[in-house]
Amino acid sequence: MNKLNVYAEPGKQEIVITREFNAPRDRVFRAHTDPALVAKWWGPASMHVAIESLDARPGGLWRYIHRSDDGAEYIHFGVFHEVSAPERLIYTYELAGMGGGPGIVTLTLEERDGKTAITETSLYPSVEVRDAVVQSGMEGGAAESYDRMEELLNTLA
Amino acid sequence: MMTIFEALADPTRRHIVDLLRERPRLVGELTAQLDISQPGISKHLRVLREAGLVNVRQDAQRRWYELRAEPFSELQTWLDGFRHLAAAKYDRLDRVLNELTDEEPNDE
Repeated sequence: MNKLNVYAEPGKQEIVITREFNAPRDRVFRAHTDPALVAKWWGPASMHVAIESLDARPGGLWRYIHRSDDGAEYIHFGVFHEVSAPERLIYTYELAGMGGGPGIVTLTLEERDGKTAITETSLYPSVEVRDAVVQSGMEGGAAESYDRMEELLNTLA
Repeated sequence: MMTIFEALADPTRRHIVDLLRERPRLVGELTAQLDISQPGISKHLRVLREAGLVNVRQDAQRRWYELRAEPFSELQTWLDGFRHLAAAKYDRLDRVLNELTDEEPNDE
């Protein structure tokens, strides 16, 4: 099983996510730095993502725009600080308008027997910002669940 | 009253919770483990009790401090939405990676 673990201990500024993929790590790395691939999986499924910029090199900018069905726009952006294919990626992350400052995301990829284990550590400037990020996921997660429920109800009708 | 988040924002109180996670304990044990005065420990325990994280069980002359399960399952729920989004995102990445495998013969 490709089990996902999410750690967000109370009172800490971090979110740590671990996950295993049934693919060699150069592919998993590429899926994070190739705009055509990122567009296929990044962010909530309920929204369309436009990869406005993805310059995967130290100092390079990234900027993705999510549009919800009702036209709301969410701009996610940051700067790459380390791009060491295929083992490490460090970049800043910020959701425009949220305030509180950017998180620093460190993604490490380890390959074992053709599978890749990733660890994504996001460190935010304060516990409040970290909690707001988890909270936004809570609302987004609930929204997605409701969407799926609606789909299910439509098929039942 | 403090929320569970505020109560757990303090490192000493998180340490107390870690110790109570192993088993219920007496104030004396916590004082010895944490190297903090008994009044200091009692103050932290009061905050944890008021936040609903810790219970006291009276056993003759002894007062055992133990964790309550409910707030910790609340924390789990708090993370569930975020976990759900991350899970869905990485399931999509799985599919992208599978497509890459399928495309490989064409790449070479």
